[in-house]
Amino acid sequence: MDFQLSEEQVLLRDTTRDLLARAYDTERRLEIIDSEAGFSRDVWKQLAEIGVLGLGFEEEAGGQNEIQVVLTEVGRRLAPEPVLHGALGPGALIAELGSAEQRALLDEVAAGERLLAFAHQEPGMRGTHAPVTTKAAREGDSWTVTGCKNPVLAGDSADTLVVTAALPDGGTGAFLVDAGAVNRQPFRTFDGQRAAQIDLDAVACEPLGEATDASAAISHTLVRISSGLCAEALGAMEEALRLTTEYLTQRKQFGVTLNTFQTLTQRAADMYVSLELARSMTLYAAMSIADGDLDPTIAARAKLQIGRSGRHISQEAIQLHGGIGVTAEYPVGHYAAKLTAIEHTLGSSQDQLHVLIGQLGDYEIATVREG
Amino acid sequence: MQLALTPEEAAFRDELRTFYRTKIPEEIRERTRLGAEVSREDIVTSHKILNDNGLAVPNWPVEWGGKDWTPTQQQIWLDEMQLASVPEPLTFNANMVGPVIAEFGSQEIKERFLPPTAALDIWWCQGFSEPEAGSDLASLRTTALRDGDSYVVNGQKTWTTLGQYADWIFCLVRTDPNAPKKQAGISFLLIDMNTPGITLRPIKLVDGSFEVNEVFFEDVRVPADQLVGEENQGWTYAKFLLGNERNGIAQVGRTKLRLSEVKERAKASGLLDDALFAARLAEAENDILALELTQMRVASSSQGGKPNPASSVLKLRGSQLQQLATELMLEVAGPDALPFEAGEAITSPEWAQHSAPRYLNYRKTSIYGGSNEVQRTIIASTILGL
Repeated sequence: MDFQLSEEQVLLRDTTRDLLARAYDTERRLEIIDSEAGFSRDVWKQLAEIGVLGLGFEEEAGGQNEIQVVLTEVGRRLAPEPVLHGALGPGALIAELGSAEQRALLDEVAAGERLLAFAHQEPGMRGTHAPVTTKAAREGDSWTVTGCKNPVLAGDSADTLVVTAALPDGGTGAFLVDAGAVNRQPFRTFDGQRAAQIDLDAVACEPLGEATDASAAISHTLVRISSGLCAEALGAMEEALRLTTEYLTQRKQFGVTLNTFQTLTQRAADMYVSLELARSMTLYAAMSIADGDLDPTIAARAKLQIGRSGRHISQEAIQLHGGIGVTAEYPVGHYAAKLTAIEHTLGSSQDQLHVLIGQLGDYEIATVREG
Repeated sequence: MQLALTPEEAAFRDELRTFYRTKIPEEIRERTRLGAEVSREDIVTSHKILNDNGLAVPNWPVEWGGKDWTPTQQQIWLDEMQLASVPEPLTFNANMVGPVIAEFGSQEIKERFLPPTAALDIWWCQGFSEPEAGSDLASLRTTALRDGDSYVVNGQKTWTTLGQYADWIFCLVRTDPNAPKKQAGISFLLIDMNTPGITLRPIKLVDGSFEVNEVFFEDVRVPADQLVGEENQGWTYAKFLLGNERNGIAQVGRTKLRLSEVKERAKASGLLDDALFAARLAEAENDILALELTQMRVASSSQGGKPNPASSVLKLRGSQLQQLATELMLEVAGPDALPFEAGEAITSPEWAQHSAPRYLNYRKTSIYGGSNEVQRTIIASTILGL
């Protein structure tokens, strides 16, 4: 058992951290998320250059532990580039299911030249593993999909959509759709991401690999994305706590710095406890995937912890800052927004609990699965 | 990064798992599992079997019976013991006074005390807290004044756990009342409980149990060669001891077992099908898993045997979850929790009758071993720099 980063992983972390630190401070980030695209093509290219956008597509390109390391840095900076939703998440499904020709698209994704989005979530869908209502239809050799996908993160700027749809003979398939052929309504999320509603009206599509039930691969993708969300949240939590402790040692009231008051420092200590528990579960989720165990239960466990810790840390980070914590100018509120968004992406904490309750009677003791 | 145990670690785990389940008498493990009061005899029997097999004090230096184990091995040793419901080696001996003597004692005092301490031929109790010195331990007032070859001890200790079973007590005493700082005049003294002038008075707890005691010292003459280390350096030794005490205090294995018992009983009563209850239990299981992983991380990253400040996280969270498990058991018991020591003649089962006393008793876990507020202060100052 070993929780230490390898030298290569440390290098990857530091390179990503430096790149994003150079690219963004609070002000610059606000400018970029207000720009038309909502992220920087320039930073996107730099991320491609250091190999971040191809992580996980091939075995030698690094696995979930590397993805975890990188996304933690994305979360730490609140970088608006859709690394998870526009590249790594949907890319993993193409890598798992795609034909050789389809997998060739991933070279363009890794090079930062093609953006993807995973069009899975539908109106009214709760939890992570609910069935989809979008339908795939076959006519001769060609396929179409019909339905509504919303919200689709990074769906606004995607070149290619990976769409999940019910197959005519049962099961769920995954299809590639040219984003130019769909009706999409782009929007911003409350934490500054970009997304779209995708309306599919008998749109031509191409089965990802064979047109057979892809439920297992879709589940794997959801597990991977969930792990990625945990990693982003971990970075955001770390920074939210760092900002808070920094503030407590600088801000003065009653003639003394705030860290003089135990009522505040005791609460900061509880935030640290939440952070460390979240770190443990984030590492657990990523390491399990890296060991080949893509278990939705582990994903639910990690995301439940991240939801709890994220809510605790973001609420306390704002409260310990006081009024400035709810301003747009100061960064801590944006971390709270990001953590809130993550909690409500791919199933809320309550949705995760439903997953866990469903199997509570099946085992005696919840145990760490060792790969 | 690697989640799996190495083949060597897995073999080590399997070996211990088998040992605990075959060598420690079934009835002792069953009594421990059910949480009935474990007797002095059970603890001694179990401790001695462990010690005879070199498994009682692995955390000690090798020359005194310790093992040169990695932190992960130490963790496996403890987890497997708890999962097998084996009573742990007596903590006052194994985790408290033993390591202090081994680290700071003279050769003579080591030879005299370490072997019987490891073997539990001496049962130790802890004389730290006083009525006016709880979290502010350094303000303790019990004095030990040098008179020839002896110290003369006067004062009072309290919260002395299982003092009624103890042969000896290790005490923090004030040897220099005029020291410039209150921490500076404290020494670490070993005292035979049979020395004239010592009186033990049990304290009845809210659950009706007798676990802790008051110990009074009235002109107790203690041979000066029972001083550990140097005079007036006791505070350093005490901090070392308290740092060690926090390791293993998370009781992860024990709490996991409790939660599995909660589940078993809730399943039997049908409460497990209640979504509100199931949500609480599922969340508690997740909480203990997160703590277990955190404990693994702390173990695999701690080096050189120095207490890791992150162990405060383990104590803080571990105590909360121990308490939560008792709360859930109380919920499962429902109205059957009300009868107290009513025996087997009524319909309320014994485990249910135990649930409320245990819930009340376990409020102690967030108080002892450095209260949770003290742990938060350590985290805030040492880790967060506040």
